[in-house]
Amino acid sequence: MHTVDIIVGMLGSTIRLSIPLIFTALAGLFSERSGIFDIGLEGKMLASAFASAVVAYYTGSPWLGLTGGILVSILFSLVHGYASITARGNQIVSGVALNFVAAGLTVVLGNAWFRQGGRTPQLANTARFTEIEFPGAEAAREMGFLGKFYADVISGQNILVYLAFITVPIVWWVVYKTRFGLRLRAVGENPGAVDTAGISVVWLRYRAVIIAGFLCGFSGTYLAIAQSASFINNMSAGKGYIALAALIFAKWKPVPVMFACLLFGFLGAFSNFMQGKSMPLIGEVPVQFYQALPYILTCVLLAGFIGTARPPKAGGIPYTKER
Amino acid sequence: MSAANTPLPGWVTFFLMPLLNLVTALVISGLVIWLIGQNPFEALGYLLNGALGNGMGVGFTLYYATNFIFTGLSVAMAYHAGLFNIGSEGQAYVGGLGCALVALALDQYVPWYVTMPFAILGAGIFGAAWAFIPAWLQARRGSHIVITTIMFNFIGAALMVYLLVHVLKPAGAMSPETRGFGPGGQLPNLDWLMAMFGSRLGPAPLNVSFIISLVMCVAVWFLIWRTKFGYSVRALGMSKSAATYAGIPYARTVIVTMLLSGGLAGMMALNVVMGSADRLQVEFVGGAGFVGIAVSLMGRNHPLGILLAAILFGILYQGGAQLSFMMPQITRDMIVMIQGLVILFAGALEFLYRPALVRVFSRRQMLAEA
Repeated sequence: MHTVDIIVGMLGSTIRLSIPLIFTALAGLFSERSGIFDIGLEGKMLASAFASAVVAYYTGSPWLGLTGGILVSILFSLVHGYASITARGNQIVSGVALNFVAAGLTVVLGNAWFRQGGRTPQLANTARFTEIEFPGAEAAREMGFLGKFYADVISGQNILVYLAFITVPIVWWVVYKTRFGLRLRAVGENPGAVDTAGISVVWLRYRAVIIAGFLCGFSGTYLAIAQSASFINNMSAGKGYIALAALIFAKWKPVPVMFACLLFGFLGAFSNFMQGKSMPLIGEVPVQFYQALPYILTCVLLAGFIGTARPPKAGGIPYTKER
Repeated sequence: MSAANTPLPGWVTFFLMPLLNLVTALVISGLVIWLIGQNPFEALGYLLNGALGNGMGVGFTLYYATNFIFTGLSVAMAYHAGLFNIGSEGQAYVGGLGCALVALALDQYVPWYVTMPFAILGAGIFGAAWAFIPAWLQARRGSHIVITTIMFNFIGAALMVYLLVHVLKPAGAMSPETRGFGPGGQLPNLDWLMAMFGSRLGPAPLNVSFIISLVMCVAVWFLIWRTKFGYSVRALGMSKSAATYAGIPYARTVIVTMLLSGGLAGMMALNVVMGSADRLQVEFVGGAGFVGIAVSLMGRNHPLGILLAAILFGILYQGGAQLSFMMPQITRDMIVMIQGLVILFAGALEFLYRPALVRVFSRRQMLAEA
């Protein structure tokens, strides 16, 4: 294969692998910036993937599928919100619980409704988000690296890919340039001060977890009806945790989140490419090493060896109004 | 007085509240079963009968419970020091490596009762080693132990898959697992225990590990409530700053507690690796580490409570297997969902009914006093 083709192929695959991470990590950003730990990203992703596949199958519309995925994901978020905000329960336990519920419920319902061992039926292309071909892509493919880059990386992605990259600046703007964003950042650091200022900590945090649910809805939908054409058991396969690692790696900031997700996406693409090939000097690197690398990097970062990752101060602690 | 601080009778806190939480989880599960067109009461009947109806069912129930006792104790141990160990899953997985290496080295030469103490040590040390790095990072570098232990679950899983595929798999074998252990690497079943109750174990893999887990319950209880070290652990869990002012060394206590926690998780491997499968397999832990979180919370972090909660989850596991056999519409994944709901209601929403109970019981008390 030509080097140019390899590079373009790798870039395209990096982007495709990064998209669910970007949506999910941005979702986690809202929740965690408001002081609510979210281990349940994985579960929300899985639940929304299932919901979007089911809705898209019955309605034949990817947009209704997306809506379904978002609604179910927000529902999961609200349960997490109720447990961690209203009931002041343990946020970690709630997240772990929702991951279990999503893993079990999706397969049980899928099996009961479609009898395909938990899978949903194959979707027609009209019920999916399919690749969008930009004008002139076909012709550009013949014109060297830039042309190929235009044809196979910029063009030829589905709408959710473009939405993901549009979401990043929007999230940045919301978090740093709006009153809501200022309060969101404040409530994760010092909910007492926000409360004293007469702003409802509870409502602010609920809005944060709802936004988290909203964004996770996109990532699940991407997995089920954009990247694939059906829901498959446990199709999130730990991506929720990788997104969490990316969020920490990016120190809870929107633009670095995008780059962290692209990095982790690249690691995935690279390990797929390197499977069975050997590296100069090192020999064949086992695929498991690449799989573990995001987690190892995150631990190294957390240890303070490459900068410091300081989580929101009030993260994980339920807020009790003074009486 | 606010509802959050009103004292309730002990039996309400330790028995009635967990029971109500459990019932809520079961009612919701029942609704899901009803939703997919099945009879929830029939399902519950199969579940209970499958788990407790005969010697084999009880044997399987206690076999699963053994896993959850170890992981539950592991989570509780750390919890008493105010540390949330999400990593029992990975620690148990790596503990399996220690256990398997001992069994592979000794099984041809010595009987099981010679292998066992070394296997306990091997599993415990490997589990502890996997908890050491997150512990050290927490104690010395201030990294959040919840996050690092989650990361270590994944790193451990990748490491173990690598070892099983590339290193430990016998030449020519297809599946990623070690060779089967000889009799010297197998823990004997507890047929005699079942026979004492006039029943038969059958093919259920209930083994000596169950007894080890009971011993560990007592050991953890003694350590936490009857020793100086246990006191410093609990003091640290109550208030880090107060404990530090009282001269309790923070870093050392955190690290030692996590080593014990990881060691307990690692010992879980004995039950599966040497007690049932007689080989080291991929993903043999199967979520038991996460169930340990629920077991520990439901058991209020006390070994006796953990024992009872572990048996409850054992019933769910074994009963669920039977249920999916009797009602093919309900797959085993139903149990994963029920577990999730139990974790949600017994763990995250554990005080859901507290305000209502406070209303009921404080009125009663007032009436009694008047």
